[in-house]
Amino acid sequence: MTKNQNIPERPPLLEVHDLTKNYGARTGCADVSFNLFPGEVMGIVGESGSGKSTLLNCLAGQLEADSGAVMFDTRADGPRDTRLMSEAERRMLGRTDWAFVHQNPRDGLRMRISAGGNVGERLMAVGARHYGDIRSAAEDWLTRVEIATDRMDDRPAAFSGGMQQRLQIARNLVTGPRLVFMDEPTGGLDVSVQARLLDLLRGLVRRMGLSAIIVTHDLAVVRLLADRLMVMKDGRVVETGLTDQVLDDPQHAYTQLLVASVLQV
Amino acid sequence: MSDYNFAYLDEQTKRMIRRAILKGVAVPGYQVPFASREMPMPYGWGTGGVQVSAACLTPEDVFKVIDQGADDTTNAVSIRKFFEKTAQVSVTEHTKDATVIQTRHRIPEVRLTEDQILVYQVPIPEPLRFLEPRETETRKMHALEDYGLMHVKLYEDIARHGEIATAYAYPVKVEDRYVMDPSPIPKFDNPKLESAALQLFGAGREQRIYAVPPYTKVVSLDFDDYPFDPSKADYPCALCGATESYLDEVIVDDSGGRMFVCSDTDFCAGRQEAAA
Ligand SMILES: Nc1ncnc2c1ncn2[C@@H]1O[C@H](COP(=O)(O)OP(=O)(O)OP(=O)(O)O)[C@@H](O)[C@H]1O
Ligand SMILES: [Mg+2]
Repeated sequence: MTKNQNIPERPPLLEVHDLTKNYGARTGCADVSFNLFPGEVMGIVGESGSGKSTLLNCLAGQLEADSGAVMFDTRADGPRDTRLMSEAERRMLGRTDWAFVHQNPRDGLRMRISAGGNVGERLMAVGARHYGDIRSAAEDWLTRVEIATDRMDDRPAAFSGGMQQRLQIARNLVTGPRLVFMDEPTGGLDVSVQARLLDLLRGLVRRMGLSAIIVTHDLAVVRLLADRLMVMKDGRVVETGLTDQVLDDPQHAYTQLLVASVLQV
Repeated sequence: MSDYNFAYLDEQTKRMIRRAILKGVAVPGYQVPFASREMPMPYGWGTGGVQVSAACLTPEDVFKVIDQGADDTTNAVSIRKFFEKTAQVSVTEHTKDATVIQTRHRIPEVRLTEDQILVYQVPIPEPLRFLEPRETETRKMHALEDYGLMHVKLYEDIARHGEIATAYAYPVKVEDRYVMDPSPIPKFDNPKLESAALQLFGAGREQRIYAVPPYTKVVSLDFDDYPFDPSKADYPCALCGATESYLDEVIVDDSGGRMFVCSDTDFCAGRQEAAA
């Protein structure tokens, strides 16, 4: 494993120990450990079925891991194992400090609610009760993700795929989360739309100092967004390191293959 | 009709319903599942309310039934007759004289007392249903007090209509805990949900019972800058002159003539008698 000289002295935002999830006899992810520091973006790459989504869902509390620990540095009480929290506490994290961007915007949006309502939901969930304020916040966020504010009262069903994905991002970031989980955020979009979305994401991540964990097939995505990389194979992490190091000088045979296969395209 | 048990249902069933009612009273606003029985009337005709009434009635009770405020609609008459036959209780149209009142879509205008029980017929008990169709999920939302969605519905109302357009079944929060659908009463009636009487809600098809015990805090959901407004007509009742009651529009002739009269027929008649 490459030693990372750039690790800051701050305590990790997320500390993962030996996280394991099996589906019956099949491995979902196994013995995954890593730290994520504040402001850091971690990319998770690997072929289809390597356990990326399983790991991400276990980290975000959407899937129950079989064993291991996920320590999150909570605002109130410092590091706590989210696996041992009550469901109510986990949900509260899920609508305040955490955000989850799904590959398919339909999984992350309410299709029958207006764009403004979609963005406002998290605010209302944490107690916002002033319509005018909620509306201005929604307006502000739609602008930030480059959606014209005159589309605010339209339902996302009427939006293009790229717009839906940007709306999903706005809806997630409106409460100022400290940790964003993303599963293939650019998957399913055509190349020019992907590029614009990536650009936007990079701007937001840098400006807000977000910590994020991004799962993707696409090495171009991690090259652009991720500070560090984890490479997964058969549910296990086979290599981690700074993104450029891993991509330019892969150590593990599997990573070499992965990088080479992309370069061939 | 001596071949029926008192109030139609067998004692076992009534005990089961009473347990659900007691649980509902203990946890105000919480929807208690119960095993709804087939009643000799179709769903949508108040089978939930009828079962709750059957479980509450005693031989000494005086029973009243209102349907949208009126005692004389087919639905109200048939439910009243049903308990006259099966429980031999005395019946009344006077709100003040009744001890158990079964209602559909209204709360009487006259302030109810501690000696009265108001039983609501409820079609859809789940206030979150239109926003979240999955029952497992709505149950979790109630359990975790995850009610942001409720305000999203009101937000959508304002965004689309410039105001909270929900006029019936206006959602409330009970005792600072459970969000509850007060059944399709007009929002005009919402302030009366804070009452001295025991209020019981029965949903037959959906198999749920819930309750608002006497003097429970019931708050209609709203926004700071769009406060709840029970709203009422700007004119008095054409028959009794009341200015503080909920009015129905009545067509009075074939040429489109109409007038507004109290929806609560007993209230209106009482005022007319007093004035005569
Ligand atoms: N619900 C499930 N039940 C059974 N097995 C599952 C389930 N979900 C995933 N798996 C299996 O777990 C392994 C990891 O799957 P996972 O979805 O995490 O991979 P992934 O890396 O996200 O793949 P992709 O790139 O295709 O999204 C695979 O073998 C998969 O078949
Ligand atoms: Mg996946």
